[in-house]
Amino acid sequence: MGARVPHVRVENLRVLVPSKGGDIAIIDNISFAIGRGEVLALIGESGSGKSTTALAVMGWCRHGSRIGGGQIFVGETEISALSEAELRPIRGRRIAYIAQSAAAAFNPSRTIIDQVVEPALIHGLMSRQQAENKAVSLFRALSLPMAESIGNRYPHQVSGGQLQRLMAAMALITEPELVILDEPTTALDVTTQVEVLKCFKAALAQAGASAIYVSHDLAVVAQMADRIAVLKQGTLREEGPAAQVLENPRDAYTSSLLSAVRPAPVAAKAPCDAAPLLAIRGLVAGYGALRDGVPSVPVLRDISLELQRGGTLGIIGESGSGKSTLARVIAGLLPAAQGQVLLDGTPLPPAVAGRSRAQLRQIQMVFQNADTALNPAHSVAGILGRPLEFYHGLKGDAATCRIAELMELIRLPRDLIHRPVRELSGGQKQRVNLARALAAQPQVLLCDEVTSALDTVVGAAIMRLIDDLRRELGIATVFISHDIHAVSAFCEDVLVLYGGAPVEMASREVFNGASHHPYTRLLLSSLPAMDPAWLGRVQPPVPTCAAAQCADLCRFVQRCPVAVPGLCDRVAPPVHAIPGQRWLCHFAPTSVTERDQA
Amino acid sequence: MSGGAGPAQGGLAGLAPMLARRLASSAVTLVLVTLVIFALANLLPGDAAQEMLGQSATPEQVAALRHQMGLDRPAALRYVGWIAGLVHGDPGQSLVAGMPVREIIAERLPHSLMLAGLTTLVAVPLALIIGMGAAIHRGGWVDRALNIGTLSLVAIPEFLVATLGVLVFSVWLRWLPSIALVSAEATWGETLRSCALPILSLTVVVVAQMARMTRAAIVDQMDRPYVEMARLKGAGTARVVLRHILPNAIGPVVNAMALSLSYLLGGAIIVETIFNFPGLASLMVNAVTSRDMPLLQACAMIFCGAYLMLMLVADVVAIVANPRLRAQ
Amino acid sequence: MSAGAMRNAAAFVTGLPWAGRIGGGLVAFWLIVAVAGPWVAPHAVGAFVDSETFSPMSGRFWLGSDYLGRDVLSRLLSAARYTVFLGLGAALVACTIGTTLALTAALWSGWVDEVIARAMDTMNSIPSKILALVLVAAAGSSLPLLLVICAVTYVPGNFRIARALAMNLVGLDFVTVARARGESRRYIALHEVLPNMIHPLLADMGLRFVFIVLLLSGLSFLGLGVQPPYADLGSLVRENISGLTEGAPAIFAPALAIASLTVGANLLIDATKQEKA
Repeated sequence: MGARVPHVRVENLRVLVPSKGGDIAIIDNISFAIGRGEVLALIGESGSGKSTTALAVMGWCRHGSRIGGGQIFVGETEISALSEAELRPIRGRRIAYIAQSAAAAFNPSRTIIDQVVEPALIHGLMSRQQAENKAVSLFRALSLPMAESIGNRYPHQVSGGQLQRLMAAMALITEPELVILDEPTTALDVTTQVEVLKCFKAALAQAGASAIYVSHDLAVVAQMADRIAVLKQGTLREEGPAAQVLENPRDAYTSSLLSAVRPAPVAAKAPCDAAPLLAIRGLVAGYGALRDGVPSVPVLRDISLELQRGGTLGIIGESGSGKSTLARVIAGLLPAAQGQVLLDGTPLPPAVAGRSRAQLRQIQMVFQNADTALNPAHSVAGILGRPLEFYHGLKGDAATCRIAELMELIRLPRDLIHRPVRELSGGQKQRVNLARALAAQPQVLLCDEVTSALDTVVGAAIMRLIDDLRRELGIATVFISHDIHAVSAFCEDVLVLYGGAPVEMASREVFNGASHHPYTRLLLSSLPAMDPAWLGRVQPPVPTCAAAQCADLCRFVQRCPVAVPGLCDRVAPPVHAIPGQRWLCHFAPTSVTERDQA
Repeated sequence: MSGGAGPAQGGLAGLAPMLARRLASSAVTLVLVTLVIFALANLLPGDAAQEMLGQSATPEQVAALRHQMGLDRPAALRYVGWIAGLVHGDPGQSLVAGMPVREIIAERLPHSLMLAGLTTLVAVPLALIIGMGAAIHRGGWVDRALNIGTLSLVAIPEFLVATLGVLVFSVWLRWLPSIALVSAEATWGETLRSCALPILSLTVVVVAQMARMTRAAIVDQMDRPYVEMARLKGAGTARVVLRHILPNAIGPVVNAMALSLSYLLGGAIIVETIFNFPGLASLMVNAVTSRDMPLLQACAMIFCGAYLMLMLVADVVAIVANPRLRAQ
Repeated sequence: MSAGAMRNAAAFVTGLPWAGRIGGGLVAFWLIVAVAGPWVAPHAVGAFVDSETFSPMSGRFWLGSDYLGRDVLSRLLSAARYTVFLGLGAALVACTIGTTLALTAALWSGWVDEVIARAMDTMNSIPSKILALVLVAAAGSSLPLLLVICAVTYVPGNFRIARALAMNLVGLDFVTVARARGESRRYIALHEVLPNMIHPLLADMGLRFVFIVLLLSGLSFLGLGVQPPYADLGSLVRENISGLTEGAPAIFAPALAIASLTVGANLLIDATKQEKA
């Protein structure tokens, strides 16, 4: 393969953005080549220019930017020398694009089939009838359900994972020679991602197309790419065969990316048998009017948990599992419909309005997105000063002094104190966000997806900082996250939520073992490994029960690979408990594992 | 989501409850508007009887007239009476003209409808062309020039537009009459000629606002990822605008049209007065000057009803045009 | 500090596109006229100084004479203050009331929001000129009443904008943080939400000012606004309407004066909006 002329050649590419003081290069001197049928991954953090580079290969520049140097060849064609009118016959025909969010990239007012066949019709490749037939066969190849009729729906009527595959059909209908995939699975849940990745890989292989795969996720890239190019701030740091980049990175930045993905586990505290600091008993919560103590839109069902003084609990689950809602209930933002939240043995009033300032001070929440959690109209001093004044009555010099201490604690320079928060970087904002919670001197810290809005390396630093501080200050911490690696590295106990039900609760030692609730097993098996062969090995589970969803039954029954018809779709699952583990299933974890293997 | 949500759900059957809800909401608002109008019009104690008889009238004469006009009844009763009358198409007796309000309005309303209709015919296509032209050339000199032009136009008082129109077309060029005479005997040609200046003035007044909102609605769609996707499929500008953007912009654009047309109702007041046009708006001004409350209330209700009707139509169009709302 | 403020103001002006600078210049000009107008007027406001009526522009009467032979320039200089100050006052009152209601509705939510929003919705369903006419018919048109009428007419419009702004902000996490901390609604409204609304609210107040000046001039033009012996710019247009057939400057000067004020304000507002975008 190496001796042949590469299919795609990018040489010394520069992309410029005009600004007042002259043009700024957002892509500077990037070169790479892709052989025919190869997949090149462009990886990097936000602002690295990975999407900009990929789109430049289509001759497309966003937001007033332009190609300001270098050459791009696709086959014999020099893309960088073509006018907009000359590019049109190439886009969607020879080079196709798959966008990050299919939900946004499909036109909401037109049917799916209309949009899937559109590239073929624009380029006059076939009649509408032929195009529709081809689309249906692509739907089948991408294992979409109801391939004949799914195209007649509107985009909002199908799920995110299906929509992403439908977009792949739209890209492949013209049999392009090059496909550009721009973070195509980032918006999906981890269990959905596996199926979509499998489909993409098979479809690309079958079409024989070359591909550029843009992603920030190294493990995903490991499954898809033949070669990997690592980008940082518009420059190329490293480019080479996937296995080499992943196993023997030559660039220090690549190494830091790799190590940030799998944080090393931190030492656990010696277990203590003292009374729990925070306890939750039989919690039911949701939205809407109550009927018989159950909200019309229930989110959490029958949650019980305990958290020791200075302990750490991780809560994991997919979007919609109710994990953030649980934090809101603990903080009193959403009053529970049933059950209790106890702090130090005392039941807390369900709503913020009923709690005393002393009670409110004890539980502090750190929100996911520091961009919206910090008021842009305030300065750092204003944001940190308010809880000091509100909870501790500190004003003037005493407050200034304490603010300086807090800045030291979160390792930010003091001269940032009087800056408006909108001038801080993402990582700095998240530190201020954390410092505000610490200013109250709480006993319980609720961390709601505190790293998901940050780049991997910055996020890893924030997690280490939180871990250091909670040890130093003896604060009990709840980490809410969809990142199972982070949770199992930092937390002594792990709670898994599915559909608002606590399907499994385990200590870290047990959680890192093999016996799990079927849902946890699915979740764990869906996590891409760095091993490129992983995608070939993993088998998405085949559901065994076509039960209707019902409030009392197991929430997972529709997707469960081991559910037994007649039992799981009839009877509510009991709670099993052994030391260090509790789960909600008809079967013991061991027997589930055996059944699965049989 | 994936279960039974077939294409059939996109049909019109699912629309009925939503439309019914929208209609009911309009009806509630209309009732509340009658309350506000009635309350405001009957705000002050100084009443029509005193006004009609003048300062020299004895208290007995005033009391007698008050009784005769029903003004001595409690406000709630008078409100109920007024509403009952409105429902039966009888909004009462004009205090000044001494004839039924219905007859006065019946004479004026067709003129106003004609003026509004003709203005709409001119203004809507013009606004669509300007708005879409500006949106397509976003950021270019055409867009910037149109922005400054429409921005200035929306802030110019109607009487300046109308008086300049008279100065240029009637006084200097002598092409068009400065008074709009409308009579039943006139031919369509004559009517159009005599209404040309009022129509021109009203068009200038509404077209700028309409074009700006049309541009905003289209530009709002232009940055969506699906537009970029369409371009990356190889679609040209015409296809992107007509097949991709317009279906999504119809709701907001129709809303913009409705809002601007409702502005016609207010703008017509000045224009009708300047050209002595025998429409509803100038009638309402006369009612204010002579404090003829029954007439004033009826006129106000017609304008408010027209506004609510326009908004209702705009919302219905938006619902029907949007598959998301349709399938809810 | 004041030097810094001056620098900021200078930076603001030089940052504006040319249309915005023209607009700002026009607005500043009319503000100065509104304050200083009567002192620089060449003739007394009510004095009959010309034997001719509707005379054209001349060296003695820069803007000609009006229907009674008075100096148009002098009348215009004194009328501007009624237009400008009634407009500013009414815009300020309208936005204060509208924004207060909006913050109340956004933070108290539930039935309070329902009631306020329904009431404002109803008021919004009455076209502003129609509402103003009904109010004038019911209450009359003394200067203070005109201010109140113009303000009331534009409260619902400001409410709608302010409520949308406040609703967006109330949904953001920093408000949730404040609620979780145990802050009162009043504190949240004034310290967390309001500071983030100031810029768009100022722009909206500018727009209300334009609308109110147009409404007030329209009312005066119809003879329902500012009543003699006072006269605003709209009244000047009305009293000289008979000069239309002669193309007298007495009718066009005040009309153009209004247009230059409102167009200027509109250009300035648009420029400041683009500045932030």
